Amino acid sequence: MIYLIFIYFCISFLGISHMALTRKNPVHGVLWLLLLFLHVAVVYLFLNAEFLGMVQVIVYAGAILVMFLFTIFFLDIKIMPKERRIAKLWEGRLVIGLSFLAVMVLVFSSISPTYKGKHTISYVESVGNTRIIGEILFNEYGLGVLLLGLILLVPMISVVILGRRKA
Amino acid sequence: MITLEMYLTLSALVFGMGLMGVLLHRNLIFVFISLEVMLSGVNLALVSLAHYMSDIRGQVLALFTIGVAAASVAVGLSLLVANYNLRKNTDIDELVELKEEASND
Repeated sequence: MIYLIFIYFCISFLGISHMALTRKNPVHGVLWLLLLFLHVAVVYLFLNAEFLGMVQVIVYAGAILVMFLFTIFFLDIKIMPKERRIAKLWEGRLVIGLSFLAVMVLVFSSISPTYKGKHTISYVESVGNTRIIGEILFNEYGLGVLLLGLILLVPMISVVILGRRKA
Repeated sequence: MITLEMYLTLSALVFGMGLMGVLLHRNLIFVFISLEVMLSGVNLALVSLAHYMSDIRGQVLALFTIGVAAASVAVGLSLLVANYNLRKNTDIDELVELKEEASND
């Protein structure tokens, strides 16, 4: 049964990302991307990452995709004709992408780490997933959280400057 | 039992789909959509490693990835809007200001 579910997710990941990347209309592409993100959130639940699944739905599907859609509606993009949708020199790009993909699949399918941390499933179950993530996030990586806030401040300034119309 | 290698292969395949999209697409919006697909592949690898190595720091790192992805998408979309205001299209093959004049493609 678990194999059937995993096979479903394999097929749907590849199929949905293929559908998202080959649509003519960017709005349809973004909507297929929303479906992909919801599937990713369900796989996070399989991997005992409840908080991250919730963040995936709220932040990615809720905020980032709405930003995409707003930009696409804002720009009034015309659908590109078929011969202008693929970049120039596409043969070389295809070869580079396929070889990189082959190397990555070969390397990733042979990784077998021996390290075992102390956050086992029973420990996480007894304390709570969100509580453990919060403790590590704000104790060990407190400076990282501050830096992330700074990184999120810089785009806000850049959006204001880049989006400003010339007077 | 589903092993770590199966999850990592799945994440590599999703990352590769996004990479092909980034390399092959000519529309700038589809390049950003492909970047999001790549990022979800990376996050899948991080979370599956966090589960199978029973160390929750992988999930914390995935959380940081989501935050930085939000920032990068904001900058990218604002650059897209600026480019659109300049040229009235989103074609990356028309960004040729730095290209040498004498070369014939």
